[in-house]
Amino acid sequence: MNGIINMTRRDFLRTGVLLGGGLVLGFSLSPQRSSGETTTQSAHPFAPNAFIRVAPDETVTIIINKSEMGQGVYTALPMLIAEELSVDWKKVRIEAAPVAPEYNHTEWGNMQGTGGSSSIRSSWIQFRKAGAAARVMLITAAADLWQVEPQTCRAKRGFVINDATHKRLSYGQLVEKAALLTPPKDVELKQPEYFTVIGKPMRRVDARDKTNGKAVFGIDVKVPGMLTAIVARPPVFGGRVKSFNAEKTGAVPGVKAVVEIDSGIAVVADSFWSAKTGRDALEIQWDENTLSLPDTESLRKQYTGLAATEGAIARKEGDAVKAFSQAAKQISAGYEVPYLAHAPMETLNCCVDLSADRCDIWTGTQMQTADRDAAARATGLPHEQVKIHTTFLGGGFGRRANPWSDFVVEAVNVAKAVQRPVKTMWTREDDIKGGYYRPMWRDQISAGLDAEGKLISWQHTIVGQSIIAGTPFEQMLIRNGIDATSVEGAEDIPYSIDNILVSLHTTKIGVPVQWWRSVGHSHTAFVVETFIDEAAHAAGKNPYEFRSGLLTKYPRHKAVLELAAQKAGWGEQLKAGHGQGLAVHKAFSTYVAQVAEVSVDGNGAVRVHKVVCAVDCGRVVNPDIAKAQIESGIVFGLSAALFGTITFSNGRVDQNNFYDYPLLRMKDMPEIEVHIVKSEEQPTGVGEPGVPPVAPAVANAVFAVTGMRMRQLPMTPDIISGAAKKPHT
Amino acid sequence: MITLEVNGKKYEVEVNPDVPLLWVIREQLGLTGTKYGCGVAQCGSCTVHIDGKAQKSCQVKVKDAQGRKITTIEGIPDDHPVIKAWLSGNVPQCGYCQPGQVMTAIALLDEKPRPGDNDIDDHMSGVLCRCGTYQRIRRAIHKASAMIAAEGKQERRNPEQDKPKKKKTGSKKSKKSQKTKKTKKTKKTKTKGEQQ
Repeated sequence: MNGIINMTRRDFLRTGVLLGGGLVLGFSLSPQRSSGETTTQSAHPFAPNAFIRVAPDETVTIIINKSEMGQGVYTALPMLIAEELSVDWKKVRIEAAPVAPEYNHTEWGNMQGTGGSSSIRSSWIQFRKAGAAARVMLITAAADLWQVEPQTCRAKRGFVINDATHKRLSYGQLVEKAALLTPPKDVELKQPEYFTVIGKPMRRVDARDKTNGKAVFGIDVKVPGMLTAIVARPPVFGGRVKSFNAEKTGAVPGVKAVVEIDSGIAVVADSFWSAKTGRDALEIQWDENTLSLPDTESLRKQYTGLAATEGAIARKEGDAVKAFSQAAKQISAGYEVPYLAHAPMETLNCCVDLSADRCDIWTGTQMQTADRDAAARATGLPHEQVKIHTTFLGGGFGRRANPWSDFVVEAVNVAKAVQRPVKTMWTREDDIKGGYYRPMWRDQISAGLDAEGKLISWQHTIVGQSIIAGTPFEQMLIRNGIDATSVEGAEDIPYSIDNILVSLHTTKIGVPVQWWRSVGHSHTAFVVETFIDEAAHAAGKNPYEFRSGLLTKYPRHKAVLELAAQKAGWGEQLKAGHGQGLAVHKAFSTYVAQVAEVSVDGNGAVRVHKVVCAVDCGRVVNPDIAKAQIESGIVFGLSAALFGTITFSNGRVDQNNFYDYPLLRMKDMPEIEVHIVKSEEQPTGVGEPGVPPVAPAVANAVFAVTGMRMRQLPMTPDIISGAAKKPHT
Repeated sequence: MITLEVNGKKYEVEVNPDVPLLWVIREQLGLTGTKYGCGVAQCGSCTVHIDGKAQKSCQVKVKDAQGRKITTIEGIPDDHPVIKAWLSGNVPQCGYCQPGQVMTAIALLDEKPRPGDNDIDDHMSGVLCRCGTYQRIRRAIHKASAMIAAEGKQERRNPEQDKPKKKKTGSKKSKKSQKTKKTKKTKKTKTKGEQQ
């Protein structure tokens, strides 16, 4: 199963139009087909449900309602169907689902989307049942033809076989007959002990096309007659165009139009370079009269003030204030983490072909239904006339799941203005400055220990913006004024402490914010897991044993902690100048512990040498993809721990591109070891849970080396040398 | 009119001579495997070979690419050891940066057939991967290096295999001879490049 063929762009566009636009990307896993070959639809496929089509030519098309953004859903979800249907993997084709109710997320209401490390968990039963239903119908069709009991037949690798008569019919031969049957109401699923596909490290179906450059991302889409647009957006969030002069832009060869849209001024040209050159030549007067221009230094002061007071209560057990006042030992600290951009390698883009009665949208999106609805509002077309074609995503990390469909609506507005197919593209600078960041957070935390070193009080106050307020997820995720994503990982700490108080101040700042890989956990794990480390030291205990002793009610946390510590050789002699730190955290129902080994050079630069990780994500569908996701999360978390920050001066984003918003590079890459706990529990997510523990594990290791507590991210040399001078408050 | 030689094919394009080669490759030639990531030589997604050397095509004006041999990811055969090592190591995730990674890795191996980890750090640090596939990339480079070395040995043992033998059917053998041919081709290009 190592061949994967993209339809050429022209082909898939044509097919998309012919088929009513439902299918953007179709590719076969069969290596025999040439890349130019159009993957046409068979006349009479057997389509027992929305996820499977079996054709007379034996191809099994699996329609995937989750976006492939690197996490491996195009491989792992078909494995669930293949397990039950027993297909010849070489005959499998993958298609991106159109927007339709049957493709809604099983946990998100009336919405199709990808996120929250939920794809496998939420499709685990759905996809297996889809495969099993198809199998039952194919077997019934064969049994009817042979006039035998269905129980005497079995399905194997694309055939139905009767062992008594040794007769066999291929799925393709059974299509016509099976198509006449009514799908079964319910089906029995395979018992896990009989799994032959689930649990196998099958190679990614998209690996070849992604290695040889054939994979089609949104940025690669080309529609006949298409133009390219680049938008000049206000330098401050909430700014508007006051006036503009496009004379110089109009003189740039290739520029076809300059149009004002809601979000700014779009320069539309026959190529990226002309559009960009045209945009650079624009003279725009902006109306910056926004309520308040964010400024990082003033935000720090404002947040610090709020953090000193109690916020809305997220969790209260016992009397943490009283217990703290009676504690033999008291420790407290303030923490701060910055705004962060998602910075996927593929900058945002969206191609729109709009006519009087139809709107086709090609983009890499994580939120198809919201995008379709937003495009319908923007065009005035009924929903069914708006078609979303999901391409491969050159990274998502949450950015391509915008509740306001910002990059889609803008592209639709451009297409509306120029009445030509147009691809709106973002430069890297547009992406870095474009907002929808992981919020900045300020945490204040204190703990009290009794004379024996037992943790008796834990008070944690969190200050920051809500990413959920104003989105369709508000009803689901904001309760009693608490945005669950602001306090996740803090209000549910697993440690046995009698008196706990966690509270939240939700700020309103004019910076667009959004979920960013691992969401609230991306800051709470850093705070909780470095502070629990500090508490261990205050108690005079080994941080591993201290945690372990407090995890009595949470065996899965404890098990990953033990496994990571054991595999990392926790407490063993290290190279001179090296130190170890650990962290354990549950996110998206997956338990992860990490041990980081670091050194710090004379300038205060942190070098992470090794990260050993233990993961309990329930039953694993594809262990190699699961490992890859955890490796990926660790690197993502390290970029934030060591480098990432978005700051504001007078409302303007200070960063521009990778030279001032750096990501981890090969030379910074630690060795990563991932150990997966064998489990028969329900499968849980792996896309995000690798992120949260790495910053605290590294911070705790920096403490082991330097004796300095890290209370701020990123852990830059400046901060490390500065931290030495700060008292532990 | 600009004349370009890309993947052994001549193209004539009418384009502003100052446009970065990246955009001509992507938009005029339709070779979209070469990616845009930053436009300022920071991410390496746009890496191509110019006269056998890895270059960030966002920094090369198209006029300066005239008369030189350009190879993009589309010019790398699927049975190239680097591609094969990438697949066996299940390297890509979102996949967007991978053509740039592959092109940079091939140039590294052309220059240093047996690179150490420090060489990999030096050569590969210019190509960002937001999915963090670096560890797998490192392993795949070592693997490709071993594959190329094994092919070299094979080549020395059976020099006659180099000679083009069309319609050879023994699949394993013919594949190997193809590989050998391709490796030689790349080297040839490089030698030419060095002469220029």
